[in-house]
Formats: sequence, C-alpha cells, structure tokens
Amino acid sequence: MANMSLQKHPMPEQDPVVRAGNFKEVALGYTREIAMEEADRCLHCKNMPCVSGCPVNVPIPDFIEKIKAGDITGAYQIIRSQNALPAICGRVCPQESQCESKCVRGIKGEPVGIGRLERFAADTAMAEGTAKAEQKPACGKKAAVIGSGPAGLTCAGELAKAGWDVTIYEALHTAGGVLMYGIPEFRLPKALVSREIASLKDMGVKIITNAVAGKAFTVDELLAEGNDAVFIGSGAGLPNFQKIPGESLCGVYSANEFLTRLNLMKAYTFPEHDTPVKVGSRVAVIGGGNVAMDAARCAKRLGAEVTIVYRRSEKEMPARAEEVHHAKEEGIIFKMLTAPTRINGDENGFVKGMECIEMQLGEPDERGRRRPVPVAGSEFELPVETVIVAIGNSPNPLIKKTTPDLPTEKWGGIQTDENGRTGKKNVYAGGDAVTGAATVILAMGAGKKAAAAILEDHPD
Amino acid sequence: MYPIVKKRVLNETTTLMEIEAPLVARKALPGQFIIFRIDEEGERVPLTIAGYDREKGTVTIIFQKVGYTTEKLDSLNEGDSLMDFVGPLGEPSSTEGIKRCAVIGGGLGVAIAYPQAKALHDAGAEVDLIVGFRNEHLIILKDELEAACTNLIIMTDDGSNGNKGFVTQALEKQIQAGREYDTVIAIGPLPMMKAVSEMTRPLAIKTIVSMNPIMIDGTGMCGGCRLTVGGETKFACVDGPDFDGHLVDFDEAMARGRMFRPEEAKAREKHICNLTGEAR
Repeated sequence: MANMSLQKHPMPEQDPVVRAGNFKEVALGYTREIAMEEADRCLHCKNMPCVSGCPVNVPIPDFIEKIKAGDITGAYQIIRSQNALPAICGRVCPQESQCESKCVRGIKGEPVGIGRLERFAADTAMAEGTAKAEQKPACGKKAAVIGSGPAGLTCAGELAKAGWDVTIYEALHTAGGVLMYGIPEFRLPKALVSREIASLKDMGVKIITNAVAGKAFTVDELLAEGNDAVFIGSGAGLPNFQKIPGESLCGVYSANEFLTRLNLMKAYTFPEHDTPVKVGSRVAVIGGGNVAMDAARCAKRLGAEVTIVYRRSEKEMPARAEEVHHAKEEGIIFKMLTAPTRINGDENGFVKGMECIEMQLGEPDERGRRRPVPVAGSEFELPVETVIVAIGNSPNPLIKKTTPDLPTEKWGGIQTDENGRTGKKNVYAGGDAVTGAATVILAMGAGKKAAAAILEDHPD
Repeated sequence: MYPIVKKRVLNETTTLMEIEAPLVARKALPGQFIIFRIDEEGERVPLTIAGYDREKGTVTIIFQKVGYTTEKLDSLNEGDSLMDFVGPLGEPSSTEGIKRCAVIGGGLGVAIAYPQAKALHDAGAEVDLIVGFRNEHLIILKDELEAACTNLIIMTDDGSNGNKGFVTQALEKQIQAGREYDTVIAIGPLPMMKAVSEMTRPLAIKTIVSMNPIMIDGTGMCGGCRLTVGGETKFACVDGPDFDGHLVDFDEAMARGRMFRPEEAKAREKHICNLTGEAR
C-alpha cells in the first residue's frame, strides 16, 4: 500500500529571518528517509501522465521506484538518461505547471514531490561520486555549441553521449550562462552548477570561455572549420528598460546587471571580490517575473527594504508561486497595480525616489490578461535609492549581424522549426535566443530536441 | 590564461602591455575594445585596443593606474598571465570617407587616438594629431605619434613642453588659421570630449567620440554601459564605443561614471599594502 498522505513532504528550508541575511541555499533538500517516504506516494500509473508534462521526458515513475527501493544511483542514472542537468532541474524547474501538474495524486491533495525527489537523487549521487552517464564510442562527428547556458549544455551533453566531439563557446569567463550569472546562489548554488558542467567535461565536452560569437568568430567560420553542426544557444540578450525619465541615474540597474554583479562577480563579498554593488536602504524592483523575485531577494540580502512594483495584480504575475511565497516570507513588500512613471535623482545624479501611479484592471487584452489602466490622481512617490528594472530582454544582435543568411523573426529571435532547425543548413538553435525569455527547462528541452535533430540529420 | 609578453612603462602612471590572445588578435580592428580580468576575485575591466599583431597573436593595451585593478595590473610583469582577456568587442571605428581630419587625444586617450590616427594616415588621409598631457613628463609615444600624422601638436596643461594650453585651444587655433576638417575624432576624458564636441558643434564639423563607460559583460547583456545619444538609449558595448559627439549626453555619462567612486576608493584602501604601497 502506497503512502496515502495527501500532502507532499514539506521541503526543509532555512528560516526566513535567517536566510534573508545570507546567500546560502534556501531549500535544504530531502534526507534519504524523507525521500523514500515521499517516493512511496507515487502510484506508478501505467500511462505515466507526469512524463507527458516533462519537456525532456524523464521516466519519472521509474526513477521514483528506484528511490523507494533505496537505489539512489539507479534513480540518478534513469534521470540522467534523459536529463543532462538533474541537480539543476530539481531546483529551478516549474514542476507545478509541468510534471507535478499531471500527477494523479494532485487530483485529491498534493502531487508527488517529483522535483524534490529529482534533486535528492542528483545531489546524493553526485556527493557519493557515483554520477556517471553512459556514452557511445567516438563517431568522428564534430559540433560547435554557442553559449553554455541550459540550452547549450543540454545539447552538448546529448551529442557527447552519442559519441560526438563537442566544443562549447562561451562569451563570459565562466561557463553556465544564466545558471551562473542570473539565478542567485541561494536558489542554485554555483558549486553545483560547476559540478554539473564538470560531469559534461568528463564526457569529453570542451569549453572555450572568453569566446564571443559574432565578434571573435562567426557561425560560418565554425562550419568552415569542420563542424558538422552548429547549435546556437546564445540566450536572452539585451535588457529592456521602461523608457521613463531618470533611467540613466546612478542607482538604476537592469536586473541582468544587478544579478550579474552579485552572482557571477560575487559582489556580495565586496571588497573580497573586486566588483562592487550598492543598493542603499530602500530598493524598488520593477516587474513581476522570476527575475524580479530573484533581484528583490538579492537586494533584501544586502540589507535593504525591498518593494516589488508590478502594474497588474498578483494573479497576473508571471513568477512561480513558490518564488512569490519565498519573497513574501522574507519580508519583501508587494506593491501591485502600480506603474512607475519617473525616477527622480538628487543633485549628484543618484536615485532618490520613484514616482508611481496606481492602476486598475480594465478589459482583457489579446492574450486574455486584463489590461491595467491608470487611476487619475493616484500619483505618489516611493522613496528609494535603487531601482532594478526586471521587465525582460530583447535579442542580442551580434550573431544575427554576422550571419546574414540566418532567418530571424521580426522581433529578432532566431527562426526554427519545432526541432530547432534554423533556415540555415547545419545550423540549429534553441532557448531564449529563439523563444525570448523563458525558463531553464524549456531551454533544456529545446537543446535536447535540437540535439536529436542534429543526430537525425547526420546519421552514421 | 593570457601571458604578458611585453611590458613597457610609458610614464609614471601609464603602462603598455602586449598580451598573448590569438582569438582576439585575429579579428581586432581600431576602435574596438577588450575586457580583462586579472584573477578569480578580479573585476572585469574594459580597455580600448591600442594595437594588435595578427601573426604573433598579441594585442596591445595601454592603461593608466587609476584604481585598484589597474594598480594590480601594473604590478604584473612579462611572463605573468591574466586570467581572462576577451574581445574584440564593440564596433570598429569607421574611417570611410575621411580625407582631412583632426584626431584629438587627451591623457590616456592618446593611446587610443594613436592607432586611429595611424590607420587614417596609412589610408592616405591628412591627419592633424593634437594631443594633450598635464605636463611634459607624462608625454607618451612621441615617436609613434610623429609617424602617424601630417602635423603633430603636443599641448601641456602647465606649459612645461613650451606649448601651454588645452587641446581644444589648439584645435580652435588650427581652424582659425584656415585648416578645414571633414571630421574631428576626440578620445580622452569625458570633459575633454565634451569640450571638443561643443567647439565643433557651431562649425558643424562631424565629431566622433569614443566612450568607455562602466560595463560588465561587454556583449549587451548587462546594460550597465547605457548612454543617451540623440535622446535614445544606446549600449556602448554593442552600439559603440564610437558615437556622434554632438548627440552624446556627456553630463549624464559623467554622472554615471561616478556611481562607484566610494567603492573604488574602498577597494584601493583595503588592498594597497601599508608597508610597500603595492597592490596585492
């Protein structure tokens, strides 16, 4: 008889008051006992609805079965057969809208904690050093992967598994893309990302850092150098701003800049690390997505009072419920139905406040979200020293500019078919460079599909 | 790692280094920049490329000791290596259609004005190279400068080389004497580039400036290097670093440049050894 508890076992977490003052990981992970107990909640449905919700088709009931039996290495190997980065997915996938949303246990009560179990299996196997993926012998084919974020790493991992010689080109000094520069340490420890990347290197994947596609080399050069295929996973690109007055004042950061300073450059340890960051005592974060939550929670950890300003209501916020919940627990103030209209500076050009106007929800727009409309006379000023703008990105022009025959969408994203094939022969793409800002797992799914297309187009 | 293959002290505050970086040297063009990082704890610092040798696979940088990281860079020697060195970044300078120009360099900007003047001079343009330093001891690259232009004018703030005044005054004098320029290129501190742009604006002489704002990645991702140019937000790293001097909002750029002044001082204070005065 399965464990019929209606709730999934709660995730052990750092106390909100304590964690709001440190950058250590919030979620502490299941113990072996908890994991085996939670695994016992799985009903092992024959038609495996959960798998249909997974962008990379992890055989979920199979790995859960192994955990239940205490064979953690076996569980890890099953996950790893379909997913190159399990420890990362176990932490940052939106399981509630993917695998867990399809779980039969979720009809009455909470679904099985699939993400938490995945994380447990990966962490345990990696800690025990039993984490090895199976790999075919070298087949003599060669691929170049542009970008070492989730799409690029996944594509590289899949190709390496199939025996390809893979080189990843990364523009920054550290591999990992958004996993390194974007997602904060307390949500995704960087040591863990490095370990996942090391496991790809163990498979023979080469990574060249400080290599900017479209500048140091072009896609055509990679093809001419004997690569059978090139995969472009160059990520989200240039940060958007609101185009309101005052956005160039000192103290206004794009979320990209703010998060990069903290995560990649470790500015929270300044002056131990040389890159500075400062937030003052009050911070406003503009936006309602996961990136806004990350920025707000980082600013909080630097000791500021943080307000998230979002022009719609909480219901319309694109951030994961769990992220919003964590942010609230940590004392972040949510100012919904509020739109910034101007950022004011002092005589030295530093931010001193942000003018806002309250909004109400009007008629639904073309996507069915109710459109916010300003409430006349509701203007007010939020006194802050820092404004972080987290309202998305526009595609990076560097690759497009130097690859004129690569078809792109009007808004700049790279055009592909559903399997990542671009309009240019032997060139594939996936992740945010194709879809615009999305999630880590969708980028991984795209990297995986593109790898499958590459293998299909280049048979032995 | 990126080895330092040559180090040459140009004056008490300015140093030239040749760095082995074949991937950068292969594609580098005048006007582009690199970003370096000395070690694991280091910050990413942009520097405009002062020269390159495609065959040797080296890139030349010239820097001034202005803060903690540049002090530390200066303490390294031939045989040492930098942890990171990425580029070429930004758009190369456009020299097309330039026939008679004034290239203006101020202080460290002279190091970047030099390759531009040389490229134009080599392409057959008539080049007046006007450079300014605080005093005669700070004059750098004199022989190189002479070989890269039609006329070389060296100004010093204190007149110690016998030619007192600012580069703007020298430029004004040239124009008053009847020299005609289709383009003025100004590279140096923001107040100097602003002054040159203000001088040429009423004369409607096309003026190009090279911006070097605070940035992190250098590929457009962080947006820290944004400038207002002609009322629009531009990213120096992907749209520049060269811009029309008549359209750049210099006051804003100067204010943004001051964002981390106190932190820079703090970093320097913490790291400069009290005993030896060396960065560690």
